[in-house]
Amino acid sequence: MDLLLGLALLDGLAYAAQVFMVAVGLTLIFGVMRVLNVAHGSFFAIGGYLAASIGILITTQQLPPALAFAGLVLAAVLVGGILGSLVESLLLARIYAKEHVLQLLVTFALFMILEDVQKLVWGVQPIFQDTPVKLLGIIDVPFGQDEITYTIYQLFVLPAVAAVTLLGLVLFLRRTLTGRLIVAVTLDREAATAMGIDAQKIYLFTFAFGAFLAALGGALASPTTSLVPGVGTNMIVLSFAVVATAGLGQIEGAMLAALLLGIGRSIAVYYAPEFEVVVPYLIMVAVLLVRPQGLFGVVETRRV
Amino acid sequence: MNRPARLLPPAIVLVAGLVVAAVFLPWLKFVLTIAMAKALAVLGILLLLRAGQVSFGHALYIVLAAYTVAFAAQNALLADLLLLLPMGILMSASLGLLVGLFVARYRDIFFGMLNLAFSMVFYSLLEKVYTITHGTDGIRVAQPTIGGIMLDRVPYEWAIFAVALSLACGAAFLCHLYLLSPAGQALAGIKTRETRLEFAGLSAKRVLLLAYVLSAALAGAGGCIIACATRHVTPLLGYWTASGELVFIAILGGAGSVLGPLFGAVAFELVRVYAAAAFANTWQMILGAVLLGIILFAARGLWGIYEDLFARRART
Repeated sequence: MDLLLGLALLDGLAYAAQVFMVAVGLTLIFGVMRVLNVAHGSFFAIGGYLAASIGILITTQQLPPALAFAGLVLAAVLVGGILGSLVESLLLARIYAKEHVLQLLVTFALFMILEDVQKLVWGVQPIFQDTPVKLLGIIDVPFGQDEITYTIYQLFVLPAVAAVTLLGLVLFLRRTLTGRLIVAVTLDREAATAMGIDAQKIYLFTFAFGAFLAALGGALASPTTSLVPGVGTNMIVLSFAVVATAGLGQIEGAMLAALLLGIGRSIAVYYAPEFEVVVPYLIMVAVLLVRPQGLFGVVETRRV
Repeated sequence: MNRPARLLPPAIVLVAGLVVAAVFLPWLKFVLTIAMAKALAVLGILLLLRAGQVSFGHALYIVLAAYTVAFAAQNALLADLLLLLPMGILMSASLGLLVGLFVARYRDIFFGMLNLAFSMVFYSLLEKVYTITHGTDGIRVAQPTIGGIMLDRVPYEWAIFAVALSLACGAAFLCHLYLLSPAGQALAGIKTRETRLEFAGLSAKRVLLLAYVLSAALAGAGGCIIACATRHVTPLLGYWTASGELVFIAILGGAGSVLGPLFGAVAFELVRVYAAAAFANTWQMILGAVLLGIILFAARGLWGIYEDLFARRART
């Protein structure tokens, strides 16, 4: 078999795991609040930058390198907990009553602001910090008669985190009280409010949690790529493509769509690099042509 | 809805102001030409906003028309402004029809992001197909003749300025008529409740498609002007930030009137000339903050402020 194909599949898997982390938060927030958060890509980028900074701090202070893993999670918690809740309570809470277009534009404005915040804080030079990848080392993956040398981090850690996130999220939404409250607000906000659920609190929690997931995706991605201005833009567009392909609000579907687009993209990287950026969109457009509501989306009832 | 007569005084003030500014401050002429080119594209965004839809990818049609002009101008037979302009507009309108057939089925966020996706695809193609487009270096645009006459630099700049200004004013007037027509009025139906529109016997998809093709053609006209005025086209004309700027100008100017985009574009370009160089790394941030401020505190934009100051008082 072709070695390139093997590499493409492994890369695609690792990439799909990152995209899924962003897309799942995006789709969760949309399901609950009916707002598509364009600034979600910024959470991904800021999570990555913050994780890299913490990683560099750990190295320069000569703390135990294993702390780098804790640093990744810490970065995500900080972004989700502080930035996510601030954005929701200070900004989004004011606009739920406004037109759809304006809600979209508010998150777009926020995205523009956060893009420059990254440039101001972390500069425009690429930042690279790969302690976690080095710590875990590499592994030889048998592929046909050949072997592919690949990092353990990308092969196991990234997909495992994505799988645990998916499983945890599904269990959380179905089995815990908070999860069920979220589902209730998603399905019918008015009825849920009438039952005594504090929708405002659910909004705040969901948004912060979604931001945390995106930031975790960014933190996990940071050891494998160098961070440059614009990573957030690529990620928001790609994760939107995933969400749209899966159908808005579909969590399990987002995983499948992420795999589809992620692997499609890495196959393009190896076989037709000019079309790397184009392939995910082509897949999305092809899916939406046949199923306008996405692969797993539900057709909304029309209101008169 | 405003009657044309009520729009006439501010329109005359605007045109007179721009011409006077261009006469006394010659370096402003270029800035104002670009402002009018963007105003054309923003008029297209305005049409879509009337239907409650926002496109994050309309710079696609600007860059397509600009590259069409750049390539066509290399051919001596085609290198006349009176030929280049219709060609660029036609190219953009055709692609608008093609993409529109697809995106007119979608609303809200799908509509916005699908447009973004298409523009990103085209942008990356322009960047990657180096042999034809010269990538990020872009292409120089040969100076076209105007009506068969090759003008000197200064008269040429004046001619482009005049064409841009009259195109923008003409387009604003036509958009005004279009929005008053049944097809234009139906756009508001898409925003409020689409099913009712269909019950009235109108196809919502067709109503939106017409507006979409018009908006692509308007952006194409803007792209032609930009190519002829800057004489250099790069893929950056079609990057998402350029599309974001168009939406920004539409909101800044105010979606309530066809003159909003013209005022918005002039204000935007004037501020940009001074601010963008001084705040290169915080420019997007400033735009974002102003956009937030307008949405939260002055949702009807500059035109709304004008109405509050003058038009309301005149009516009472």
